[in-house]
Amino acid sequence: MQHATITRSTQASRIAGILALCFLVYIGAAPWWAGSADLRLITEILFYLALASMWNLLAGYAGLISVGQHAYVGLGGYLMFSCVLFLGMNPLWSIPVAGVAGALISIPVAWLVFRLKGPYFAIGTWVVAEVFRLSAAQMSSVGGGSGLSIPVAVMRDLGRKPDREMLIYFTAFALCVGAILLVYFLLRSRVGLALTAIRDNEVASSSLGVKIGRIKLFVYVAAAAVTTMIGALIFVTKLRISPDAAFSVNDWTVFVIFIVVIGGIGTIEGPIIGTLLFFLLREFLADLGAIYLMILGAMAIGIMLAAPKGLWGLLVSRYDFSIFPVGYRVRR
Amino acid sequence: MEWINVIVQGVLIGGLYALFAAGLSLIFGVMRLVNIAHGDFIVGAAYLAMVTITMTGLHPLLSLVIVVPLMAAIGYAIQLGLLNRVLGDDILPPLIVTFGLSIILQNVLLTTFSADSQKLNAGALEIGSIPVLPGVDIGYMPLLTFVAAVAIIAGLQFLFYRTSMGRAFRATSDDGEIAQIMGLDNRKVFAWAMALSMAVVAVAGVFLAIRANFDPFMGPSRLIFGFEAVIIGGLGNLWGTLIGGIILGVAQGIGAQIDPGWQLLAGHIAFLVILAVKPRGLFPRID
Repeated sequence: MQHATITRSTQASRIAGILALCFLVYIGAAPWWAGSADLRLITEILFYLALASMWNLLAGYAGLISVGQHAYVGLGGYLMFSCVLFLGMNPLWSIPVAGVAGALISIPVAWLVFRLKGPYFAIGTWVVAEVFRLSAAQMSSVGGGSGLSIPVAVMRDLGRKPDREMLIYFTAFALCVGAILLVYFLLRSRVGLALTAIRDNEVASSSLGVKIGRIKLFVYVAAAAVTTMIGALIFVTKLRISPDAAFSVNDWTVFVIFIVVIGGIGTIEGPIIGTLLFFLLREFLADLGAIYLMILGAMAIGIMLAAPKGLWGLLVSRYDFSIFPVGYRVRR
Repeated sequence: MEWINVIVQGVLIGGLYALFAAGLSLIFGVMRLVNIAHGDFIVGAAYLAMVTITMTGLHPLLSLVIVVPLMAAIGYAIQLGLLNRVLGDDILPPLIVTFGLSIILQNVLLTTFSADSQKLNAGALEIGSIPVLPGVDIGYMPLLTFVAAVAIIAGLQFLFYRTSMGRAFRATSDDGEIAQIMGLDNRKVFAWAMALSMAVVAVAGVFLAIRANFDPFMGPSRLIFGFEAVIIGGLGNLWGTLIGGIILGVAQGIGAQIDPGWQLLAGHIAFLVILAVKPRGLFPRID
């Protein structure tokens, strides 16, 4: 009888993993080699990568196609402002507070939107984001429709400008790596197994005892918490908040969805590829404004027609390769 | 009297929301597709009417003669050329494709017509009104919109339950594979459904453009109003969308009466409350 061994990783994925780790250390050390402008750009890339990873977790793995995640980005921004202005907290310490609050708020939201199935769930999440935006515009304590700025003194408390930028950079780096690791370890855990089962056949997995509602709720709340934290940090770097900027569907949902879809939905690597491509395109095409958005929309449509698994999916189907192995392989 | 007026005007604008909703409900019923670009197509139809009027000098309502068939043809072509290719068990591809269409359409309208808001002028129709009670007047245009909504829903209802095309729609909706065995070409049936939906979109766009200012970015909120009317009324129920539209319109009217900033919020809250207490809407027909 032949013996079969079961492994998660391959030689190639181990080597790629080590290379990825080196690259990660290099990016982590950016404050020492990048100028101020570059550092800001990398920070923004990290934000988008984290947002994309969370949307990918929702849509790509749990089948929860939300077009309303900007609700949580904006919520995070406003929670951070509230902590700073009303509780006198340090902006960075307000991030975990925002995360917890975001998770708590997302539970009743989930209770409501989970009543809507499939594509209607998508628009339901959008309504929730609209409600958040309109509510923020009604609250005069946070500046109403015109918004407000972080007092200079609060930012000065974070240290001198270079120290402050470094601090914010490391927080963004930690959030982004944390978001990707969360997805990675979640998928390798029992939750990941359950998610795979649900994706393959919802009815069958339910009859085998997978608690579908509970698993989806868990994923939704986790994604909401992380997205809220990213939102809080985004508005620490922006220094100013207004309802339209905080709950911008273009900035925090459209771009994120296009990133994930173009890079490859349902893979951990997809959002990374998508984010890099998105920023590369932006460097060259952002001046075109409206045409840039049309190109992104057309690319997303093209991907759905030609390669629904995105650019990374295209690569994997050809070379059977993975940097973040979450499945099992059988070798004889 | 003030409040009666608020409710009457709310009911009338509910007709417009029902027009937004009917096209959405129709294609969801036939092919389980939610067109995220629905609102943008409504705005697109408004611009198409504007161009038609500038070129021919027609009255906005008469421009429907050109805009309706044109939009229907666009719908037919988009369904055959694009959407049919991505429809399937996975709901993600059609959502992303219509999402992409929405972004493209918004930006095409922006580059072609600029961000300035536009309006269609229907002349005397816009000013005239019928006094019903002291302090309550019904404008010709809102009344006409409401009547059009009722007529269109009645027409769709007839088409769905009394014609062979409607039978094909219902058969494909119930079981696409069996319908195909029985000799229906699903792709054609879907294309006709989309054409019909876009014909309604054209009417909605023209009435919207006569009623208020429009700009390239107001599509998504029209999609949301239509969606809310569909869910409030109950999935698969065309008359339900009219009730849903009316509830939404009245809620917005009451909100605006309390504080102008509460107009939209009140409508969304009414939707969320109904979703909380009656998740399947008030008069559901399908699962």
